[in-house]
Amino acid sequence: MLETRDLSVGFKINSGGKKAVLMAVNKVNLNIRKGDALGLVGESGSGKSTVGRTILHLNKSTGGSVIFDGQDITSLNRTDEKILRRRAQMVFQDPHSALNPRMTILRSVAEPLILHTKLRGPELREKVGTLLEIVGLQKQFLYRYPHELSGGQKQRVCIARAIALNPELLVLDEPTSALDVSVQAQILEFLKSIQKELDLTYLFISHNLAVIRYVCNRVAVMYLGQIVEQGETEDVFNNPKHPYTKALLEAVPLPEPGQPRRGKPLVGDIPSPLDLPRGCFFNTRCEKAMAGICDSRSVPNYLVENNRAVRCFLYNKDLQLEQA
Amino acid sequence: MTNTPVLDIRDYRLNFNTFDGVYHALDGVNLSVGKGESLGIVGETGCGKSVTVRNVLGLLPSPPAEVISGEILYNGLDMLKVTPEQMKKIRGIEIAMIFQDPMTYLNPVFTIGTQMTDVILAHQKALAKGEKKSRKEARAHAVDMLRKVHLPNPETQIDRYPHELSGGMRQRVLIAMALSGSPKLLIADEPTTALDVTIQAQILDLIAELVDDMGLSVILITHDLGVVAKICDNVAVMYAGQVVEYGTIEEVFGRPKHPYTEGLLKSIPHPGRPPEELFGIPGFLPNLLNPPVGCRFQARCSKAMEICGTPAPNRNNAAHDRTVLCHLYSEGFDDA
Ligand SMILES: Nc1ncnc2c1ncn2[C@@H]1O[C@H](COP(=O)(O)OP(=O)(O)OP(=O)(O)O)[C@@H](O)[C@H]1O
Ligand SMILES: Nc1ncnc2c1ncn2[C@@H]1O[C@H](COP(=O)(O)OP(=O)(O)O)[C@@H](O)[C@H]1O
Ligand code: SF4
Ligand code: SF4
Ligand SMILES: [Mg+2]
Ligand SMILES: [Mg+2]
Repeated sequence: MLETRDLSVGFKINSGGKKAVLMAVNKVNLNIRKGDALGLVGESGSGKSTVGRTILHLNKSTGGSVIFDGQDITSLNRTDEKILRRRAQMVFQDPHSALNPRMTILRSVAEPLILHTKLRGPELREKVGTLLEIVGLQKQFLYRYPHELSGGQKQRVCIARAIALNPELLVLDEPTSALDVSVQAQILEFLKSIQKELDLTYLFISHNLAVIRYVCNRVAVMYLGQIVEQGETEDVFNNPKHPYTKALLEAVPLPEPGQPRRGKPLVGDIPSPLDLPRGCFFNTRCEKAMAGICDSRSVPNYLVENNRAVRCFLYNKDLQLEQA
Repeated sequence: MTNTPVLDIRDYRLNFNTFDGVYHALDGVNLSVGKGESLGIVGETGCGKSVTVRNVLGLLPSPPAEVISGEILYNGLDMLKVTPEQMKKIRGIEIAMIFQDPMTYLNPVFTIGTQMTDVILAHQKALAKGEKKSRKEARAHAVDMLRKVHLPNPETQIDRYPHELSGGMRQRVLIAMALSGSPKLLIADEPTTALDVTIQAQILDLIAELVDDMGLSVILITHDLGVVAKICDNVAVMYAGQVVEYGTIEEVFGRPKHPYTEGLLKSIPHPGRPPEELFGIPGFLPNLLNPPVGCRFQARCSKAMEICGTPAPNRNNAAHDRTVLCHLYSEGFDDA
């Protein structure tokens, strides 16, 4: 349903007086099938949001293409963009700033309907009421203002607005990161249930691995603008292949007693996206890095078992022979 | 407490006098941390974690804050009553604090070295002339501290400005600065919340090392149950200005007793297991301008009973040093 082919996004920036290009997204290949919930996970600055925004044309791409339902939507004209807006919607991290404080909930949720449909008057109110019901809010919320709602309720309103035009694809960018855990749980349960009910496809962006594991059937791990591993969620979590995925999973402290207090955390900092390492972007922190290979050659994607792609030389059979 | 507490907070009540009325932020908080122990304080936004520890170092301006009752005993000394002179000898030297956003506490126009040296020299004001370090010695001490927190190349990094360092490195600098006076107690308020998970792992490992090797006592505030489970011995769960449950990590996370703790544990997805059903906690935090009479959790509690409209008793199981604030345990409890 949605595919990106070598999608790249570079931002022109000023760095210490000099013009530079920051490669936020670097040849990303994603393949989201209808009904999938694809999780995009990575640390801050890895490019997750930029991927989501570029797919929805909220950002310009600088290379590669986006294919939506068989159609190349990389460069769309206005009318096509309007159609895309109906079929794909985005939900943002911060529900507090996503709603206009001076608009009632009714107005906020009705806005896309007024823009894209002929619904007006009582029918429009009826429709908004139904949408609120879907997201678990009673009709009494119609005439309230955002400041009268809790964070979780506001995020539900944002979701109601996003599903107003029956989109097929939802891009959810950290939809629960601004929420407390007891509220996050309700929103996650709810996102899972409407995905089935409304037959939605998700691109679910989060830095929280537990949340991704909970919602997504597939997962793509990003590091410095690249996808380093992609596969079925349970496969990746149970048997991570890329050294970065392994390190990331090990770094998450578990909410249960009995873990060793000290470990062997991944050394070093995430390199600056303005000063990317040569070769594999992860080689400055990788325990398994092979001198003369990982620090000089750029790494292709290797397809290993069950639909799993890993961007790491360890999965190149020929190289392993060379090493042996 | 298995050993004598370094810090002991007793029946601490605190209000904020605001334009909207009296905000009952803390209602009878009891906490303690022993020598070489680490205590985690967990709870959701606004439950009072930061407010609880701010006054250990006299950091809550009054007004608006008003202490209603209680004591904060540091080795027997009530920190709510100390003179400014006494406070100077304790702040940074006996007790140090670090916060979530290191940038707020580092001055952007001075190098790390200048700031650390200033802090180290300030710590010595109370010392006699002959015992004081020179500026050169203070700088050498700063380099040592930076090495202790595993900042790479401390000799050169010390001359950098804060903005030239990454978030994780800045947090290391702040920890180094906090530890430069060899405090006995470190209070860390969400020290890793702004950090990425692989960098968080490094900082947590560092804190655990300092507890083990320096005999430091630590109070770690976080909303992340995983973080406390990883590095703390004991945990206090806060809800709406009260500690509702306290005990060892094994007890509290392994066998939660308070309905709020149970709810909290069931509402977080587990990163290490395939998905199980999650249960959020319906409802909202009570408005503390007008707190409910009786248990503050009652409106959201699935086990609420009629008696919950009266204040819940704080029951302590001395054998396990475990406390639960809930009518379900008014007869006391065994730990089995
Ligand atoms: N408009 C912009 N101009 C310049 N640089 C940008 C812009 N938007 C993003 N970037 C840079 O692109 C990189 C990726 O940004 P992005 O927001 O996608 O990261 P992210 O993975 O979503 O991070 P976070 O989890 O912190 O939100 C970062 O280095 C960021 O600073
Ligand atoms: N200076 C202040 N004036 C009024 N209310 C305050 C003040 N500081 C904190 N509060 C309130 O006290 C409660 C607890 O705050 P805090 O301890 O910061 O929560 P957290 O657990 O998130 O750290 C919050 O509801 C907060 O709004
Ligand atoms: S390619 Fe080399 S450096 Fe990169 S992750 Fe694989 S082993 Fe590590
Ligand atoms: S005192 Fe009552 S309402 Fe409060 S947590 Fe216990 S059972 Fe629930
Ligand atoms: Mg983002
Ligand atoms: Mg706080």
